Amino acid sequence: MSRRVLIVLAVVLLAACALPLVVSNYRVFQFTMVLVYAIALLGLNLLTGYNGQISLGHGAFYAIGAYCAAILMDKFGVPYWATLPAAGAVCFVVGFLFGLPALRLEGLYLALATFALGVSMPQLLKYHLIEKWTGGVQGIVIVKPDPPFGLRLSPDQWLYYFTLAVMILMFVLAWNLLRGRVGRALIAIRDQHVAAEAMGVNSALYKTLAFGVSAMYTGIAGALGAIAIQFVAPDSFNIFLSITFLVGVVIGGLASISGAIYGALFIQFVPNFADEISKAAPWAIFGVFLLAFVYVMPFGVAGAIRMLLARLARKAQNDSGTAGMATNSAAGAKTPGSSNATG
Amino acid sequence: MDAFIHQFLAGLATGGIYASVALALVMIYQATHHVNFAQGELAMFCTYLAWSLINAGFGYWSAFLITVMLAFVLGVLIERVIVRPVENSPVLAVVVVFIALLVIFNSIAGWIYSYTIKTFPSPFPAEPFFGNKYMSSHEIGSIGVTLVVLLLLYAFFRYTPLGLAMRAAAQNPASAKLVGIRVGWMLALGWGLAAAIGAVAGMMVAPVVFLDPNMMGGILLYAFAAALVGGVDSPGGAVFGGFLVGVLENLLGAFVIGNELKLAVALVLIVGVLVVKPTGFFGKVHVSRV
Amino acid sequence: MKRSFVPVALVIAAALAASPALAQKKYDTGATDTEIKIGNINPYSGPASAYGAIGKAIGAYFKKINDEGGINGRKINFITYDDGYSPPKAVEMARRLVEQDEVLFIFQSLGTPSNSAIHKYMNAKKVPQLFVATGATKWNDPANNPWTMGWQPNYQTEGTIYAQQILKSAPNAKIGILYQNDDYGKDVLAGFKNGLGAKSGMIVKEVTYEVTDPTVDSQIVQLQSAGADTFINITTPKFAAMAIRKAYDSGWKPTHYLNNVGAAVGSVLVPAGLDKSAGLISTRYLKDPTDKSFANDPAIVEWTAFMKKYYADGNLLDANPFYGWAVAQTMVQVLKQCGDNLTRENVMKQAASLKDFALAALLPGIKINTSATDFAPIESMQLIKFDGKQWVGFGDIMGK
Repeated sequence: MSRRVLIVLAVVLLAACALPLVVSNYRVFQFTMVLVYAIALLGLNLLTGYNGQISLGHGAFYAIGAYCAAILMDKFGVPYWATLPAAGAVCFVVGFLFGLPALRLEGLYLALATFALGVSMPQLLKYHLIEKWTGGVQGIVIVKPDPPFGLRLSPDQWLYYFTLAVMILMFVLAWNLLRGRVGRALIAIRDQHVAAEAMGVNSALYKTLAFGVSAMYTGIAGALGAIAIQFVAPDSFNIFLSITFLVGVVIGGLASISGAIYGALFIQFVPNFADEISKAAPWAIFGVFLLAFVYVMPFGVAGAIRMLLARLARKAQNDSGTAGMATNSAAGAKTPGSSNATG
Repeated sequence: MDAFIHQFLAGLATGGIYASVALALVMIYQATHHVNFAQGELAMFCTYLAWSLINAGFGYWSAFLITVMLAFVLGVLIERVIVRPVENSPVLAVVVVFIALLVIFNSIAGWIYSYTIKTFPSPFPAEPFFGNKYMSSHEIGSIGVTLVVLLLLYAFFRYTPLGLAMRAAAQNPASAKLVGIRVGWMLALGWGLAAAIGAVAGMMVAPVVFLDPNMMGGILLYAFAAALVGGVDSPGGAVFGGFLVGVLENLLGAFVIGNELKLAVALVLIVGVLVVKPTGFFGKVHVSRV
Repeated sequence: MKRSFVPVALVIAAALAASPALAQKKYDTGATDTEIKIGNINPYSGPASAYGAIGKAIGAYFKKINDEGGINGRKINFITYDDGYSPPKAVEMARRLVEQDEVLFIFQSLGTPSNSAIHKYMNAKKVPQLFVATGATKWNDPANNPWTMGWQPNYQTEGTIYAQQILKSAPNAKIGILYQNDDYGKDVLAGFKNGLGAKSGMIVKEVTYEVTDPTVDSQIVQLQSAGADTFINITTPKFAAMAIRKAYDSGWKPTHYLNNVGAAVGSVLVPAGLDKSAGLISTRYLKDPTDKSFANDPAIVEWTAFMKKYYADGNLLDANPFYGWAVAQTMVQVLKQCGDNLTRENVMKQAASLKDFALAALLPGIKINTSATDFAPIESMQLIKFDGKQWVGFGDIMGK
């Protein structure tokens, strides 16, 4: 990565660390949710943006992760940080298993199958045979963890830093994965799967792995979300959550790691903002925002930033007359491969 | 045995609901190769328009016809004004546009008409045919209406030049333009027809499930499933899919798995059918050249 | 001077009878000399959006109170947010109200899942979660959760009343139950089963439905096929109407018990068909504004005038705004009792000191009673039967 990119990243990181120290606990809580959604959206983006498999049911993996964390903490006394790997592992397996029959499905049909998964999850969670663990319709209440080592932070602030650390780790892992062979294979499968197979890429393996990893990311996000909200109930994880995730990924920018953050900011704050504009029909205002974003930035916020920076760089190149300057640039694009996302 | 027949017929009745909405989904897919998630909300909104007309004193059939025409115009307008700008955007961006339409229509209907349920009249007699206990005359009648719409749609696509032009515009816009088809207007027309069919579906559904802004929410999954299980480019398949889904849902819920897992069973069914027949029962298998 | 002070002081003392503080003003965050900030969370969107009318009616009523001078000279600043019936959103809105808007307390938050989600938080922060809009039984727990209080008769009480009635009137009944697959449905069911006690074998079939189901026809057919002759119908308005209609159309015609939530004439029985609703048995504690037999009742007349002036685009054929009006009046009474001591502790204390408080909106004979060990304001209901035109009371007031 170029030095410029590193500097921007460092500044952003510094700002993110300073944030909880200057805003109220309520805002810290909201920003923690932004980080949680960013991890979830990155998971969905791995599958849909980079690998071209549409999922309208990622809320289900989020739910499974959340319930894993809740059950482990509430029924088995597992410490909160240990629930994350467990949630990740469980979701990886579930995602991988779902990815197997999904191999046969393309586009619309995969969308329908994932849609059905998202719709049926609340009902599954309420099922009376597993009520003993899931708490049934009453849900499970979780205790918020206290800062360790006697650090003088509020629980909200500690949770924010913890989530931030997890998020950075997951993002770095994803970045590493995507700029190597795996990333290229995923994108090749998305763009030209026949050619990819002909070149020796094991399409079936990569596609199911993509499902598994994607579910793992969203599951870990679900676990963190459960700890932040301190409550899980079946109706928290309905189909609207899955649709919100898809909206977030598209608005943020498909096939973009930074897009996950923009998308998370959008889905956390725009509904509140819409509510302030109109109490009578807030979701209509939200819909109008969606339309506006899609018209102005069809490739998402990340895509728009990328194009803007490319244009600026080209302009600078033309102005200064130097050839050979890197035109692929900066904060918006930490990704290999094309910026076109076909669904 | 009686219980089985009863559940079966009740399933056909609900299946009729799914079939009519599935037809609208198939219509829009055949015309534009997009699945419009907002179809249900659009249908609901048009049904509210009909309700307003009836309340203002119009008779049922005049309100029906006016609503169908209004729905057509609304569909065309939506295509020209809202969908046209994202024509060349990635598919998922278009999906987000549909989602936006969904929330907008739902929210506006709730704001204008409130969320209390309203009754919507039925053109069919209140007494069940032959005094039977299984299906009301409205349920039988609306299945009839769905089949009539299906036949009209089939005839339109198969035997009229306009229908052919529409299918061509959707399948291969570039070639269609080359032979002189106004692709833009074909898409708009497709949307208009789909909205009209949706309005008819809404007006058939509302007497059964009562009119409220969230009326189509639960139906959409099953209609979506019906359309795909039957083959998304086959109107007949969609209707078949609708009845299949309705009957299976009832039979499985009553005799096999219980109501508490109905949705999960629907999921397994859908995945199962699609794994065996990835383009649905009556869908055309697309062979693409590499 | 002194002579005229005494009667005035007596009057003030009488009005502040339950309050220990006298002339001293005590405030917690959210209360000042001129304002009382009240927070609220309601589902204005999403699957339960029909209940948003309650939040709107409450806001309208507080505006009326403000127009009439406020409470003890203070205006009510009513801040309400939408949670879309989603628990995570409810948590966010509760935190916003408490930590950012700094309200004195949260009033009438709606929905069992949303209230369950914020229950621990409110008690940890020691902010009152008053008169929650749900009938779940767990809100009456002053020992462990002293900052949470319900208002309406809880669902289990209602279920038990139906059970007792069946044991009395039809001890050999074969019972079929339809219930919504969520906490409310399960709560009524639990109360019903408790009421049957050892005779729960009378239940021949239980079926559920989800709010996303298009119809409940299949479920009704299942109950009919199981041979039930008594039907316990635990559904919300839309599904109640469908169930009533289908039970009649398929020739089943059981002894039909309909829960209170789904019993409003205008929004349920009329869509279902009044002729198909004859013989329905239910319970009620509030008067029904959509029932023509109450048209001349002073409470309904007053409410209608209130709606026309302050909530003109509200639906007069909906029982929800009436409920909102009634519970808002209870809140105003509590605040009046607080006088100048507007601490959160005193608000809870006054809420727990309602003695035989009568509301015009309640049926005659039903009063509001709370104490330090009794956080259930309304605990009685009356059995009613529908005669094809209106609900008619029968039997005694049941419950406490």
